[in-house]
Amino acid sequence: MSIEVRNISKTFGKFTALSNVSLTVQTGELVALLGPSGSGKTTLLRIIAGLERPDPGSGPILFQDENVARRGVGARQVGFVFQHYALFRHMTVFENVAFGLRVRPRKLRPAKAVIHQRVTKLLQLVQLETFANRYPHQLSGGQRQRIALARALAIEPKVLLLDEPFGALDAKVRKELRQWLRRLHDEIHVTSVFVTHDQDEALELADRVVVMDHGHVEQIGTPDEVFHSPSTEFVTTFLGQVNFFRGRVEGGKLYFATLACDAPEHAAASSQPVRVFVRPHDFEVDTHRNGAPAFKATVVRIHSAGPNARLDLVAESGEPLCVEMPLDRFRACGIGPGTQVFVSPRDIKVFTGDDQDTAPSDPEPIRSRQAQG
Amino acid sequence: MSEAAIRIPSAAQARSHAAITEPRLVRWALIGVALVFLGLFLVVPLVAVFAQALAKGLAVYGQSLVTRDSLAAIRLTLLVAVLVVPLNTVFGVAAAWAISKFEFVGKQLLITLIDLPFSVSPVISGLIFILLFGRNGWLGPWLAAHDYKVIFALPGIVLATLFVTFPFVARELIPLMQAQGTEEEEAARVLGAGGWQTFRRVTLPNIKWGLLYGVILANGRAMGEFGAVSVVSGHIRGQTNTMPLHVEILYNEYNLVAAFSVASLLASLALVTLVLKAVLQWKVARQLALAADAGGMKP
Repeated sequence: MSIEVRNISKTFGKFTALSNVSLTVQTGELVALLGPSGSGKTTLLRIIAGLERPDPGSGPILFQDENVARRGVGARQVGFVFQHYALFRHMTVFENVAFGLRVRPRKLRPAKAVIHQRVTKLLQLVQLETFANRYPHQLSGGQRQRIALARALAIEPKVLLLDEPFGALDAKVRKELRQWLRRLHDEIHVTSVFVTHDQDEALELADRVVVMDHGHVEQIGTPDEVFHSPSTEFVTTFLGQVNFFRGRVEGGKLYFATLACDAPEHAAASSQPVRVFVRPHDFEVDTHRNGAPAFKATVVRIHSAGPNARLDLVAESGEPLCVEMPLDRFRACGIGPGTQVFVSPRDIKVFTGDDQDTAPSDPEPIRSRQAQG
Repeated sequence: MSEAAIRIPSAAQARSHAAITEPRLVRWALIGVALVFLGLFLVVPLVAVFAQALAKGLAVYGQSLVTRDSLAAIRLTLLVAVLVVPLNTVFGVAAAWAISKFEFVGKQLLITLIDLPFSVSPVISGLIFILLFGRNGWLGPWLAAHDYKVIFALPGIVLATLFVTFPFVARELIPLMQAQGTEEEEAARVLGAGGWQTFRRVTLPNIKWGLLYGVILANGRAMGEFGAVSVVSGHIRGQTNTMPLHVEILYNEYNLVAAFSVASLLASLALVTLVLKAVLQWKVARQLALAADAGGMKP
């Protein structure tokens, strides 16, 4: 069952949560809505589910070519997993999972034995069949989340929607559950959309990622596409760490730090200011000039606990920056604090235009947007 | 939410407890003062009520309860409670539901209005109804013309009692329902439950102890209300006298044994209410703790 929403807008009082958002999710796909708090991702999910109504004038919400925009939340047959699980606290695990079947009108309600069979099967699927008679408060966070998922799947939903499914879990459980969910999705192949503010989660789990900010869709693409070919400044700065420089293009050349590189796509520009972004691992570091265009920098700090060495540097032109290099190469170079190095960028992202508000305005060049509540 | 995470603050609490503990003498003195106060102002009066009621023996006690007027008062009080408590249960649940689960204009005003009966003297509450339905009141002439009797009759007593007991159920439920949030209801709706199914299967079980607690408090007040009812009832013996009013009349007639006999019934009701309240309070606290634990907390 594919999902398509067209031109969805939603305002809460004076706050615009979504403005003119369109999105298509293919059948069987697992799609992440990724963005910072307040980007509208949860609102979009709730509108797809029918828990919120889009503003009048919004376009249709199509489940496999059928417009469900006017249908109530109960009639849409979606599975919804809430951030805080929202398990029925006075019901056992079994009753929680059975709820969606028990509340059906008598004609559509499966027989008791059928319900029992289906719930047991679902509990097996989420590996909690021995917990059927427990109450939610007797379970750990990860177990509760799996029960919430089993409950959502019990009604055989056309689409599965998950709101920050791992948001309330600690880091280790979150990672395990993430992989488990990916395997589960590969097994049952229900069209799924999940909301997250955690880029690792989105990039690792999803077939495609929808990056959102301020109620807009910034980019839709595979994890590889949005990470390596970000189409906007926001996506560049939001996904992973990035070094920011103010630069200038003039006559086919890009100038930033103390560097001049070829920029044939800007051949027509006459001294236009640009914003330049380079990821830490897109710098080549060497202790001497090796022919590639490079600028001089001094090592300030070294973090070498990990597969890569991370170096904090100060460029000759005064800009602080952060680079990453493989540990063995770092060891071979014999770099220490205070060492002069030559830094040459391999991959540069340049953005022109006046949308200064999306560029980092503080002097700190390293944009690290990790998970934020 | 692991067990360790729960244990750590409780251990810290125990430690800080030890740090602020007073010397034994001070502790005993404080407990003693509290007990003496409690004894003087609560236990002694209670014992006095029963002692006075039984002063002339069990037979007289029984006789003074089964007089025509006493029985009529008991019957009226029960009737009022039977009418008022269910109505206020429905109103209270509806008001608490609206306030805790929806956002709307005028919500603060509604919360304030619900508290109004607590802040207004019951006598004033009674007078409001006289002003509205009394012979010279706004609706008085119309009521008289159609031969409806409100003031100095059962409807007036019921209205006044409804008014003074209105806050109990709602006040008890609002914090509980607010703590529980709306996610469970949303989950039920997504799973296909209708409005009534959601209420009966999800909301009601979650609030049942709090609701019962509110109902018991409302019932205690409905049976014991004096001020407002006194203004609207007219004190007609055997007809519009509730138990508290009947106690006053008997007392004013120096019929102490009869007065205290009826009073002892009210006192017993109070004791039962207290015990139930203690039990239910414990249950409500558990429900609230579950609300916090079962993921009902908001980020």
